[in-house]
Amino acid sequence: MLIESGSPVAADTRVGISLTINGQRRDLQVAPWTTLLDLLREHLDLTGTKKGCDHGQCGACTVLVNGTRVNSCLALAVMKDGAEITTVEGLAALSGEGRNSLHPIQEAFIEHDAFQCGYCTPGQLCSSVGLMNEGHAKSRDEIREAMSGNICRCGAYTNIVDAIEDVMGQGGGR
Amino acid sequence: MNRFDYVRAGTVAEAVQAFAGAEGSRFIAGGTNLIDLMKYDVERPGRLVDITRLPLDRIEERDGGLRLGALATNAQVAYDARVQSRYPLLANAILAGASAQLRNAASTGGNLLQRTRCYYFYDTATPCNKREPGSGCSAIGGVARIHAIFGTSAHCIATHPSDMCVALAALEAVVQVSGPEGERSIPFAEFHRLPGDSPQTDTTLKPGEIVVAVDLPAREFGPHFTYLKLRDRLSYAFALVSVAAALELDGDRVKTARLALGGVAHKPWRNREAEELLQGKPATRESFQAAADRVVAEAKTQGGPQGNAFKVELARRAIVRGLEQAAAGTPQSISDKRIQ
Repeated sequence: MLIESGSPVAADTRVGISLTINGQRRDLQVAPWTTLLDLLREHLDLTGTKKGCDHGQCGACTVLVNGTRVNSCLALAVMKDGAEITTVEGLAALSGEGRNSLHPIQEAFIEHDAFQCGYCTPGQLCSSVGLMNEGHAKSRDEIREAMSGNICRCGAYTNIVDAIEDVMGQGGGR
Repeated sequence: MNRFDYVRAGTVAEAVQAFAGAEGSRFIAGGTNLIDLMKYDVERPGRLVDITRLPLDRIEERDGGLRLGALATNAQVAYDARVQSRYPLLANAILAGASAQLRNAASTGGNLLQRTRCYYFYDTATPCNKREPGSGCSAIGGVARIHAIFGTSAHCIATHPSDMCVALAALEAVVQVSGPEGERSIPFAEFHRLPGDSPQTDTTLKPGEIVVAVDLPAREFGPHFTYLKLRDRLSYAFALVSVAAALELDGDRVKTARLALGGVAHKPWRNREAEELLQGKPATRESFQAAADRVVAEAKTQGGPQGNAFKVELARRAIVRGLEQAAAGTPQSISDKRIQ
């Protein structure tokens, strides 16, 4: 069923929502308690976005919603009806250089060895792009502070900041 | 997470009506605290009323001050040019809290209404009077390192976790609410309550009332402010003690002082006597120490190695340092964490 303003959707009902995910419009039926993270991973097979803590503490699930970085584990899919979602799978297309090229931040992560096990990396990448979209962080200290919502258990922080500084120096990589 | 009805509200009236239409309704905006609590089964709402599409996300001029719409995100408020130039204390407090992702999602109203991060409140296997009234308080006599030293009761020693609210207390903001019985204004000092014998109730909101805006009064404090937050790691952690300080100076004397503390009580903690003590006094370390002594004189701590007795001296020193930073016009940096 479709959502009508002010009309309750009963707990056992799936509702129709529409999302644009990595540039592709998707009409979906979701239960109201489905998080955006579970929708991406379990229903749409977009498993690049990772479930780390599932409580907004680690940042592994970071995606861009209308260009803004958020924790997808703390968002209900039904509440994002109409939004544009970008996951790690869609970052390369943002660079506008065709499907076989990477986003500059992905290139920079490789160049600067900014990951080890890789589990936090999709979240780090999306968060980095969100940080550059925001445009508030300029200095190294400010980048570190603005990336504090992304935990890296391997401790690749120094190289992650190097990668972001590198891309920001090139003009943000958009 | 439990199963719940979902209602998307288009107007405030529709939201208030939908809330009243089911047992155990909750309003949801950013969801950064409520969804987390639902995953722990601490919150089991019968109905979620989605208020994110209400027209309450604007920041507007009002009576010489600013009106923050309840749905303005924490990031939107913190980076608003008017907030940054006229209420930098508020901007800095917001940016001292949470992470960029959370601030992008969390709303102004939701920040006020977030629940404590007491470990026992989150752990449904342990007694907690806030979660289950009458079951007891596990923090008293338990691990109480993060807990309150002011305004506690025999039933609850939880703290309010917000940084933003500490600044709003110092600025004497006013909360605008709407509900089944109409609209009303609540002075910030009266919005959050102390636990007493009903710690399950965090605020003075009546059932079904919704926060629609937070008003910042016209009074500004120029460069004489700081938000100093002390915590276990340098970013993305709740305060052990935080200090929001704002001063009006007349030469080298204090004309007016505002002082609010975070991480130490069930609500942002103000001590009017300590503020009055500073009036007309020279803006020196001696004056600030006297004010800090007055504040901490009321402290009541939890003993033992897992207790919070350390917070008394931490608070005393943070108050003195915060007032010194405010007097000097050198507020604590939000990215360079060295404390000057």
